[in-house]
This record gives sequence, C-alpha cells and structure tokens, in this order.
Amino acid sequence: MQLRLTVNSAPYEADDVWEGESLLFVLRERLGLWGSKNACEQGECGSCSVLMDGQLVCSCLVAAGQAQDRHIVTVEGLGEEGRLSPVQEAFLAAGAVQCGFCTPGLVVATQDLLRHNPAPTDLQIREALAGNLCRCTGYEKILDAVRAAAGMAEI
Amino acid sequence: MSSTATPPREGTRQGSQDRHGIGQDAPRPDGTPKVSGRFAFSSDLWADGMVWGATVRSPHPRARILSVDTTEALRIPGVHCVLTHEDVPGQKTFGLEVADQPVLAIDEVRYQGEAVAVIAAENPETARRAVAAVRVEYEPLVPVVDPVQAMLPTAQRVHPSGDIVRHFKLRRGDELASAPVVVTGEYTVGMQDQAFLGPESGLAVPAEDGGVDLQVATQWLHVDRRQVAAALGLPEQKVRLTLAGVGGAFGAREDVSLQIHLCLLALRTGRPVKMVYSREESFFGHVHRHPARLKYVHGAERDGRLVFVRAEMVFDGGAYMSSTRAVIGNAGTLGVGPYVVPNVCVDAYGLYTNNPPCGAMRGFGAVQACFAYEAQMDRLAAELGIDPVYLRMRNAMEQGSLMPTGQVVDSPAPVAELLRLVREAPMPSAPAEGLWPGGVANTTHGEGVLRGTGYAVGFKNVGFSEGYDDYTTVRVALAAGPDGPVATVHCAACELGQGLVTVEAQIARSELGVGDVVVETADTRVGSAGSSSASRQTYMTAGAIKEACAQVRSELLARAASTLGAPIDGMHWGEGEILGPGGAAITLSELVAAGPVDKTVEWRHRPTQEVDPETGQGNAHVQYSFAAHRAVVDVDTELGLVKVVQIDTAQDVGKAMNPSAVVGQIHGGTTQGLGLALMEEIQVENGMVKNPSFTDYLIPTILDVPPMKVQVLELADPHAPYGVRGVGEAPTISSTPAIVAAVRAATGRALTHVPLRPEDIVGLGAKRPARPVKKAR
Repeated sequence: MQLRLTVNSAPYEADDVWEGESLLFVLRERLGLWGSKNACEQGECGSCSVLMDGQLVCSCLVAAGQAQDRHIVTVEGLGEEGRLSPVQEAFLAAGAVQCGFCTPGLVVATQDLLRHNPAPTDLQIREALAGNLCRCTGYEKILDAVRAAAGMAEI
Repeated sequence: MSSTATPPREGTRQGSQDRHGIGQDAPRPDGTPKVSGRFAFSSDLWADGMVWGATVRSPHPRARILSVDTTEALRIPGVHCVLTHEDVPGQKTFGLEVADQPVLAIDEVRYQGEAVAVIAAENPETARRAVAAVRVEYEPLVPVVDPVQAMLPTAQRVHPSGDIVRHFKLRRGDELASAPVVVTGEYTVGMQDQAFLGPESGLAVPAEDGGVDLQVATQWLHVDRRQVAAALGLPEQKVRLTLAGVGGAFGAREDVSLQIHLCLLALRTGRPVKMVYSREESFFGHVHRHPARLKYVHGAERDGRLVFVRAEMVFDGGAYMSSTRAVIGNAGTLGVGPYVVPNVCVDAYGLYTNNPPCGAMRGFGAVQACFAYEAQMDRLAAELGIDPVYLRMRNAMEQGSLMPTGQVVDSPAPVAELLRLVREAPMPSAPAEGLWPGGVANTTHGEGVLRGTGYAVGFKNVGFSEGYDDYTTVRVALAAGPDGPVATVHCAACELGQGLVTVEAQIARSELGVGDVVVETADTRVGSAGSSSASRQTYMTAGAIKEACAQVRSELLARAASTLGAPIDGMHWGEGEILGPGGAAITLSELVAAGPVDKTVEWRHRPTQEVDPETGQGNAHVQYSFAAHRAVVDVDTELGLVKVVQIDTAQDVGKAMNPSAVVGQIHGGTTQGLGLALMEEIQVENGMVKNPSFTDYLIPTILDVPPMKVQVLELADPHAPYGVRGVGEAPTISSTPAIVAAVRAATGRALTHVPLRPEDIVGLGAKRPARPVKKAR
C-alpha cells in the first residue's frame, strides 16, 4: 500500500508498505527517522512514543495504515533547528541522560504531560511517565528534569 | 563498499570554552544528540545494499540435532543464504574465557534458544519467514536443570568433560571453630536479566581486503575481535570493530551474541548485513545473572563478635561457561561480606546445566552472596537480641583488616561510617495519598499495611582479579588547531551510558590545561582497553590517560627547553604555556606548531595473584568498593504488595570524577537491586523460559522507585589514580538485602528467596510485632 502522512510538519510518502508494518518501522526504516526507539516493540517500554494528531501513542502499536493522513510528531520534531526544546534542555541540565535509549520517548511523553498539565505534582509525573522504562537512571534525575521543565515557559 | 555505510560515529568534540576538569559536573558530550534523537545507536545503522540477518534458535533446552534442511528457506525469494556450523570457516566454538559454545550448534543443543542457523534476507519480514522455513529435526533429551543434581557423579552430563565449572575453596583459621550463638540459613536468588533497553544489534560490512568491518554495541571490542577472527579464520587485523551507540549493558554485552553471525553473513553474501534482536530474542541472546542457592552458618560470641562463617554456594551457570569461573571467585572471596571473621570455610560451586547460560551482571557474584550474608547478620542480631546495625558496626572491616583470603585491606574501608550515615539520614513520614502498596491501582488506603525498615552493607572488588593481566591502552595527542591546541584522546574503552566519554575529556583538560578535547570513537585502531565492566573502566582509563598526558607534558617541556635554550629542569608548566627562567615563556600553540605530540601508553593496575586452590588464600583483588543502604517499606500484608517508601545510600567513591554522573550510577544501581528484591526473575521451568518479554519480566518503573537520597564519601585510595574507586556495582549489591530486611521487619516473615513473591508475603505464620503506619487521613 502507499502511505501518506505528515511527520514533524513535513509531508512524507512511502510506497509498497507491507500491511504488517508498524508506524515505528515506517518512521525508522522507511523515513530514516531513527529517533523513535525499538526497545520492546510491544507497547511496554515507551521508547517509541510519538504524538499522533496530538495524542501520545506507542508507535510500535500503531499499524502503518492507521497513520494514513495523520500528523505525527517525533522527538526530532521537538525544539527548533539548532535549538533544543525546554524539555530537552531540562533533561540535559538535570543529568537525566545516561545511555539515552529511553530518552526520546521520555522527552516526548514529558512534552505531552506538560502541555496538558503545566504544573504537575510528583505523583502526577510518576503516573504520566509510568509507561516509559529507563534502566540506567533510577528515574530520580528524570523527575528532577520534569520538575525543572515544568517551571519553564513555552513548553 | 564501506563508503556507503553509515559512517561510524564521529568522535565527540568538546568546545574550547569547556573548562570542566576532574571533580566537576562536566556535561555529557553525547547529551545533545541523545535528547534530540540524533544519536546513532547500534540498531540505527544503515548501509546501501544492506540485507538483514536473523537466527534460527532451538525450541528445546536439550536435544540431539538429527538434520537441518534449508531447502525450503532458500527457495523463498529474497533469501540470500542460510548458514549452519558447516559454514563456520575457522574455530567452531567461542567463549569469553573458554571456547565451549558452538558458533552454531553442531550435533546437540544445550539450552532453549541456542543458535542453530543464521539467515540473510532482503528485509526483516522475509528473514523471519525464512527462519520459520528451516526444518531442524531434533531428538529431545532429558535436560539437566538442577545444578545440585549436576554435581552428583551419576548425573547426566551437559558437557562430556564434566559439569563442575569451578569449585572455589576458602579455608581460614579453624574449620571446626565453635561459638555460643549460632544461626543457620538457606537462601535462593532468582535469575535476573540485565534488561538493557537497546537490543543487541550491529552492522557488518565486507571489506575489499577479504576482512570485515563491524559496528556493534559491546563492552569490550578487543575480546569480541579475538572471538570473531578465530571463528572466521582471519588474522585479527582483518577484523575491525567500531563501537556503535550502546543502549545500556550491565554485563550482558560482555559475551559475544550476534558479532560472529553478522560477520559470517557479510562475508558470505558480500553485502552489508544488519541484525537487531527483538526483545524476546534478546532474552535468549545474552547471559543472565546466575541463580544461586546459598547455605550459611554464622557463629558469634554473645557480645556480637563473629567467630566463624561457613558457607556453601551453588551457582547455576547454565549451558556454557561465559564468566562463571570469575563469578564464583567473587562469590567465594567476598562471601562473608565486609566483616572481620577469623574462621572462614567457603565452598562455592559453578555448574553447567541445560538452563540459560549465565555470566556477567552488575555485581557479579557479590550480589547473591550479599543477599545471604546480610540476611544472616539480621538473623544473628535477632538471636543475640542486639541492634542489627550495631552488630554490623561491631564486626565491620576497616583499613588494615584482613580479608578471608589473607589479603590486607590497604585503603579506606569505611563500612561502619557508611552504616552510620544511612542510619542518621532523615526518616520518611507516612505515605502521601496514592503512594500505598498497589499504587495507583488503589488496592488499599492503609488497611493491612505495615511499615518496616532494613539495613544492609556490601562490597565488591574493582577490576579483574586473581592474577589477570588487566590493562588499558590510550593514545593522547596534542596538535595545533584553528583556535589553539587541540587534545585528542583515543581509547577502545566502551561508553555504555555511564559517562566515560565525559570523564576522558575531563582528565585530558585537567592534565593538559586545554579546553578543546576530542574523544575519538572507540575502535580497534588502538590497543585493548579491557572491558567496561567490574567497575573498572573509569579507574583504568583514568590511569592510562593520566600517564599518557604526563608523557605529552614531558615532551612539551623538552621542546620548550630546546626552543628557549635552557635546561629542562628550569621549565615550569603554566596556564596554556611553559615558563622558562628569567620570564621566558612559550605557548602550547607555538610548541605544537612544529608537529603534534602523540603518546600511546598501556597502563596496568597493580598486579593481583591467583588464590591457592585448596585454601583460597592470596592477594586476589585490586580494590574494593563499599556501599550501605537503608530501606523503608510499606507492605500490604493482605495482598503481599510492597511499596518502597524511601531508600538511602551511602557510598565511598574515593574521588568523584564527575559528581553528577556518580550519583546517577548510584541511583541506577540501587534501582536494579530494587528490581531483584521485588520483581525481577526469569522464570525457568524444566529448562524453558516462561517470561521472555517486558510484559512478563518486570523491571522497575518510575512508580516503583522511591525518592533516593545519596551520600557520597571521597576517601582517596592511595593506590589508585586520583584516589578513584569504582562506582558502578556497589549500589546494586546492598539495596536488595536492605529492602528484603525491611519487608522482614514489617511482616516477621523469613523471606529467603529474591525476588519476593506476594505468596511469600501473605499467609504469614508467626508475626513479629511491627508498628502499623498511621493512616494518612
């Protein structure tokens, strides 16, 4: 099938997409957008989190066909050319990045949280990010990063 | 052909304005690419004309292979080749210490998931279908699944040579010593998975010289290269490895997984080949933490002084050796804990079985022992009727103490101090709404909930022990750049996420006084750096860079002396310049204008010794790393659910090279210990893995982890570069027993297995009194 979708405000087309492909596979292997990660591919780890028409989804659980004519935002679409988003800056400043494999998904999920709730409590942060596994940090500095980002303007 | 591949990651350049030296929170040079999704992990590699590899794996834990028929698979359009052991041109077995594992199974499979054949195909889906089309005829055999049974002379053999990989014996003092107070216990530790997030993956590209270029996520490039080259029958210089972005490791990348398979496929097809394991395959594709059964007898005087410890430990190594020998050495030498014990008798066994192979995981033999000996210390304290922290302090090792191996502990060993720090840390209050056991599932509002507090302290050897010739190679160069001198650090040491690339540049900045530092991507163009494991890499790389920088400085001083026409002993190192007598000065830029200074060193830590095979005596270890934890838990005694309310850590790191990264290691290590305490176990039944997914194998989420306060001591080790002490493993060791001790304190239950299971916690027998938590409202 032919797939048309918008990713990070740019139109994309992909030909000969197999029906069994996930949106994650399309993003990574067909469009070369490697930022969304493939840690479990069954919706448990959140590493592949993207926004689809503004809704936070695991792109590994979205069939390619479901993304037809949708607007996708991936980690590469946050921030502007040459400038990180406040969430990305906060993750760096807090030391919330170690191996970094979970980071793109956490950054996207944090962006989504703060857009809906600009001043979350710690429990709200924990609930919102409970679908994103991190194996390196123990989450303490991720919490620091989200608290810091919540204090910034223009999320 | 290699020109069309994803270029290997560029070295990380750190700006000339960056003045962060050692001891400062230097930012990660790979941080911006990682937060923006532009960092290339090993699963993100790509090359023109690339095909995909996949692996045919055994569905049986033990079976004879009667035939392998690849005809049908090869008929599928888009399938390039199917390789079996017959296609391995060189050595047909590999292994970290002993080459006992077939690259592809030969006549028998010895664990579920063992690789039997590999395939290259145009795309992943075709490769998957080809895997299913390979017909392997098996004759299933009865697997050996009980390591205790594997020790019996009559047992079925996993390997014809015998199934005892190692029997470590330690005998110190009086084997028959007696004491007025004696406690015994038997403990079991489940099989834990490293569960790094970045799956095993890599890209192999055939080269024009008949060799191969491999980009892969690993912990030790050169030990991979040795095994790949042997299997391919190629000289090592024709096998060139470059470190791809590593998505965590924790021990699981110390053994070869897909490295040899990728290179075999690339050389057979003449095409670049990429492989990425799925999460399920990853559970079968790497070694795990050894499950263990540990029996202890502790004897003490009535005042609490330890008189003897006797221990028997049985570690299930699974089907192949991996690093089982070294794991057993650690469990045996560290097996009584950081305590002074005059009479010690330890027998530690590592066995082959038909269970999944086990090897390195953070804590490496020390984790299993610590769970048991710390449970024993609590049991002994209860028997003596004294405070468990006091009992530990009473027996704590200190500088000058003797290890059970007879080795003198010749650097700070602040065991009692670490315990004091966690005990004096502020205690948490009653839980806030929503933070009861069961969390957001709202299974209780405090009814049936009891609170408990537990303590543990542990230690770990840093570096490779028992006489291993352990070294790190580093090249440091100083050359002219457009904005002043640029230092280059080139080392094969693997950045796994721990922040090594940051520290490498910090050291070069401090030693050479230049801001502009390039850390080259790790590869095999330089000599081996050893493994990023055993808490050793910062220690070793620091030693090597420090020495290389000293040689660079010596040459610069000599150049300055020659240029200024003055004796070299009249030269002094200044800020970006060298000062001579009488106010003469010459800048580093001028000194390197004539050509770069380029020094390569091979640096070794002080030597260790093999231990005596009958007594376990000897100077086995380089250094020890100590940590203590206090855990506070709430337990829902009706549902068997545990919420860790707070966990406090105190650790001595010798010198915090990058304090923020040190704390990050302690948080992460503590959390992996929490996982082992409460949720993480690979369930193996009759040799078959029951839960190879993140749906069924649970690791801690942000909801499972409590606030973690960390106190860092910096007591310099006089034998180590900058006084540094390995950091990564110690926090994983004592957090598990501290949490379990807290659950015991809350429930009165013996709890001798980790991870704790709800069924172990509910249906309690005799409860010790514990203070109920006040309801939040």
